[in-house]
Amino acid sequence: MLCLLRLNLTDFRNYRALTWRPESRVAVITGPNGSGKTNLLEAVSLLAPGRGLRGARIAEFARHGGGGRWAVAARLRQGEAPPFDLGTGTAGDGPADRRLFRLDGAEPRTQADIAARFAVVWLTPQMDTLFQESASGRRRFLDRLVWALEPGHARESAAHDTAVASRNRLLATRPNDASWLAGLEESIARHAVALAAGRLGFVAHLNAAPLPPSAFPRAHLALIDPIAERLATQPALAVEVWLRDALAQTRATDAATGATSLGAHRADLAISDAATGLSASQASTGQQKALLLGIILAHAALIAEARATAPMLLLDEPAVHLDAPRREALFSALAALPGPALLTGTDAEVFAPLAHDASFWQVRDGDLVKAG
Amino acid sequence: MGGPEIERLIQLFAKVPGLGPRSARRAVLKLLQYPEARMLPLAQAMAAAARAVKHCALCGNLDSVNPCAICADPKRDHTMICVVETVADLWALERSGVHPGLYHVLGGTLSALGGTGPDDLNIRPLLARVQPGDVQEIILALSATVDGAATSHFLTDRLAASGVHVTRVAQGVPIGGALDVLDDGTLATALRARR
Ligand SMILES: [Zn+2]
Repeated sequence: MLCLLRLNLTDFRNYRALTWRPESRVAVITGPNGSGKTNLLEAVSLLAPGRGLRGARIAEFARHGGGGRWAVAARLRQGEAPPFDLGTGTAGDGPADRRLFRLDGAEPRTQADIAARFAVVWLTPQMDTLFQESASGRRRFLDRLVWALEPGHARESAAHDTAVASRNRLLATRPNDASWLAGLEESIARHAVALAAGRLGFVAHLNAAPLPPSAFPRAHLALIDPIAERLATQPALAVEVWLRDALAQTRATDAATGATSLGAHRADLAISDAATGLSASQASTGQQKALLLGIILAHAALIAEARATAPMLLLDEPAVHLDAPRREALFSALAALPGPALLTGTDAEVFAPLAHDASFWQVRDGDLVKAG
Repeated sequence: MGGPEIERLIQLFAKVPGLGPRSARRAVLKLLQYPEARMLPLAQAMAAAARAVKHCALCGNLDSVNPCAICADPKRDHTMICVVETVADLWALERSGVHPGLYHVLGGTLSALGGTGPDDLNIRPLLARVQPGDVQEIILALSATVDGAATSHFLTDRLAASGVHVTRVAQGVPIGGALDVLDDGTLATALRARR
């Protein structure tokens, strides 16, 4: 079981110098809005590669009036093994827009070295609107779930988006350069098929995962994507050829609209209640939150199974929109979890049933004070 | 501190790739301890290189002779040309000793987002080099990025008419720019696994 022993923040957001020992596997952090609860969760989310739970830029993490450098350091322990140190931040004399990692005091050789020791899964209030907003939000949500299990997915995604942006630019500036366009379309096709395959594999995996019994509704995921549809019946190479040719056919219309009409950036994710078939977009706010929590917990279980280390769970305002029975269900799920969890809320009372399993903290002036 | 000569020197050193203001200061202070033994030879070597070294008119390599020593070497296989992005890539391949033929330095890759088109690269001279019919194989060793792949596709298209055999080094090997840091074994594998 993974355990967070200590967290140090230096000039990170509203924290000048914080040293915090959570003392228990589950920690509940309360405080008024704007006190820095989410900042703390964000700091922990940055211990894994990526842009953290707000998707912020590196320069945004530095505390105002702190000189522009920042650091997050954690001491963790996996089971009975000796503790290890994981940290990130800007280098003392390096650029302020680049962050480095330290694993036991040394620069890790690859990000996979970090992924092997530490993973993180989060739920934020912004995700409450996932079912109302545009397809791009759901696609990003899905891709993040896939990345956590398959780090190569992030590279495919970045390359795909570069290829699409390049094709759009070329269609605007040199629409008749067929060889160059074909070269970019070849890349789009290759990366789009890889992305669709990664997403499809994950969706199938999650839908079929034998999950621990939970009071949360089991979610059924479905990819809405013509590329994924073809992948279900044709070899990947054939789909690549189809997509490449289809892109070549749409050059004129895409040039007119200024956007590439085919690719992995057009997919959507449909989520429904596996038991009732009710689409999440039709569900009540409470049902939606329960479905999301169900996905997050199932995702955490998949990571724990794949990596032999449970991910750290960051739940920002998880109790909002949940009725009392579902809150109880969340708390008992957390108590049975194999990894650490940080929860935030405005009101500590709500988390009272966790009293035996969690430590309680209040954010006060950039410090954490033990409550109760 | 230290007068205008030193300040000027530090400013110039700070513009050297890999150095910043702090390391430039350190380097200059170190050099100033041995003006005769280290500083003057460095200044003379720089002046000599700046005067003598030119881009090879055939391949784009840097050398003090033109055509460069590689292009002028009769023992090399003049039927094979390996196309690379930069002179640094050329030197990395050369250090590994895996390529028996000649080179061609493109000067980068096509980049729709960066505004680099075919006319900004050393492409026309490459097409001219294969015209006489002596060249039998072109090996494209460009980066495995989107732009590198698009450039490879573009060149394959343009070279098709010449009848020359065009191959690419194995995909998935991080090359181009990264060529410099690859160990020789990886390079040799990449070059052998071309198709
Ligand atoms: Zn030459």
